[in-house]
Amino acid sequence: MDLLIRRTKPLEVQIDEYLDIIVKGGLVFKEGVKCYLKRRLADFESHLEQLSDMEDTGDRLRREIETNLYSHTLIPESRGDVLGLLENADRVLNRMAETLLQFSVESPEVCEEFSPFFVDLADFAILAAEGMVKAIRAYFTDLTSVRDHINQVQFYRKETNKMAEKLKRQVFAHQLRLSHKIHLRYFAYHVELIAEEAEDVCDRLSIATIKRYV
Amino acid sequence: MTSFYLLGGLFLGWSLGANDAANVFGTAVGARMVRFKTAALVASVFVVLGAVLGGSGTTETLVALGAVNAPAASFTLTVVAGLTVFWMTKATLPVSTTQAIVGAIVGWNWFTSSPTDRGTLVKIVASWVLSPVLAALFAVALYYIFKGYLNRRHIHLLRLDAYTRAGLIAVGAIGAYSLGANNIANVVGVFVRSSPFVDISISGPLHLSGVQQLFFLGGLAISLGIFSYSYRMMTAVGNEIVKLTPLLAMIAVLAHALVLLVFASKGLKGALMSLGLPSLPLVPVSSSQAIVGAISGIGMLKSARVVNYRYLGKIVMGWVLTPAIAAAVSLVALFFVQNVFQQTVVR
Repeated sequence: MDLLIRRTKPLEVQIDEYLDIIVKGGLVFKEGVKCYLKRRLADFESHLEQLSDMEDTGDRLRREIETNLYSHTLIPESRGDVLGLLENADRVLNRMAETLLQFSVESPEVCEEFSPFFVDLADFAILAAEGMVKAIRAYFTDLTSVRDHINQVQFYRKETNKMAEKLKRQVFAHQLRLSHKIHLRYFAYHVELIAEEAEDVCDRLSIATIKRYV
Repeated sequence: MTSFYLLGGLFLGWSLGANDAANVFGTAVGARMVRFKTAALVASVFVVLGAVLGGSGTTETLVALGAVNAPAASFTLTVVAGLTVFWMTKATLPVSTTQAIVGAIVGWNWFTSSPTDRGTLVKIVASWVLSPVLAALFAVALYYIFKGYLNRRHIHLLRLDAYTRAGLIAVGAIGAYSLGANNIANVVGVFVRSSPFVDISISGPLHLSGVQQLFFLGGLAISLGIFSYSYRMMTAVGNEIVKLTPLLAMIAVLAHALVLLVFASKGLKGALMSLGLPSLPLVPVSSSQAIVGAISGIGMLKSARVVNYRYLGKIVMGWVLTPAIAAAVSLVALFFVQNVFQQTVVR
């Protein structure tokens, strides 16, 4: 049996490592946002750097996985779906890194009363991303539970949207400059996009799962 | 001269290898799960093994239908069968060598006024109808067994891919063995009574009878057909006719192999009879129709709409038309061989 899986075992490990990076990236993102809101800027920059490294490692791993899948003509029936899933999952990680970078570059001025909203928004968005990773793992090993994870992702995406809407309403109800309001809305929108991208991956995943059912 | 007459059977063997190996390895090669060279090598080796070790049962049935005993007649019948298959294939009817050779033998019986064993004929015709039905039932049973197992085991997609590749080769080997055992009778069965080979004892227990040597030669002809011409058929089956996942293809090929085996294995028949269970007659059946039966069985599980009823209708038409045309053509051909070429067609 070991002889049969000698090519696939390292690839299984690589896929697991890649998905681990997305989960860890989510945690780093949440911590980064919290540090920014608490004005612990040195810690924030350190998290940003960490996330940026993770993004690079994720990109490298994804390319290696793609090369291995093609060069050994593995899973010919599902290869397109798997590559599509991994590439789209990479966008979620990229979105996290990009959003954190925008915090660093644009330094939005977040009033204290908005901080809890931003924390909750980031929490929900990352919960959606984590659900996406669980769903992808289930696609590889346990098709029956993919649906449960996708339902969780959809739930957290909706919660993210609700939280973003609440935050935007609060921002626009406040006596702030219009440019300030728009700036904060832009950040709420970008955090929201993490959950949207995660849900897009899950939409692809539902189709891929149907195709894989025996 | 006898060796020349054998060429008719060898041509039929070549054509069988070129066409029917696709039923065994078509989807695996078409889906690039197995390389053509690997598939051809495995199929060739196991076809020869099946022919030599398990080909006698179905041959006895064909001999019981019509004891063709003149080499010129055997040659004529194999050429008629080959041409019938060629014409019917041109007319896009999924025909089988089995049906053509049976029709040709019945034609010989009529021409030479030899009696046709009705019991054997009924047994053969019934098995043609039964084989795709049985293949569908086997496929459905195997589908549920595999599904239950996979749902319990949570095997990683990549591992499942590796196991499926190995499974496709193993199942292909069983399929090729069954094809050789079941269909060798079509290729050289009519030469058994006029075989030019004598028994050989190589050393100790290694003994090759004249009939086994004949089967070996027939097996080699099938192998040649596989290596020289089956690639196109394999990729066509894999890409055009059958749209199955590799795992479902493995189930279909296994069901098809089991059907060919139960209609060919003397050992299995003996075992079933000793257990007091009903056994099937040893009859050469169509590999193509067995695989279509298996695929339709899986298709019906998903939705009755995916079953190609037009194709199934063509198979039923083939059951009637192929033997009828082969019988008529063999009557005419035997007349010419006897009266124009002055060859003996019956002894």
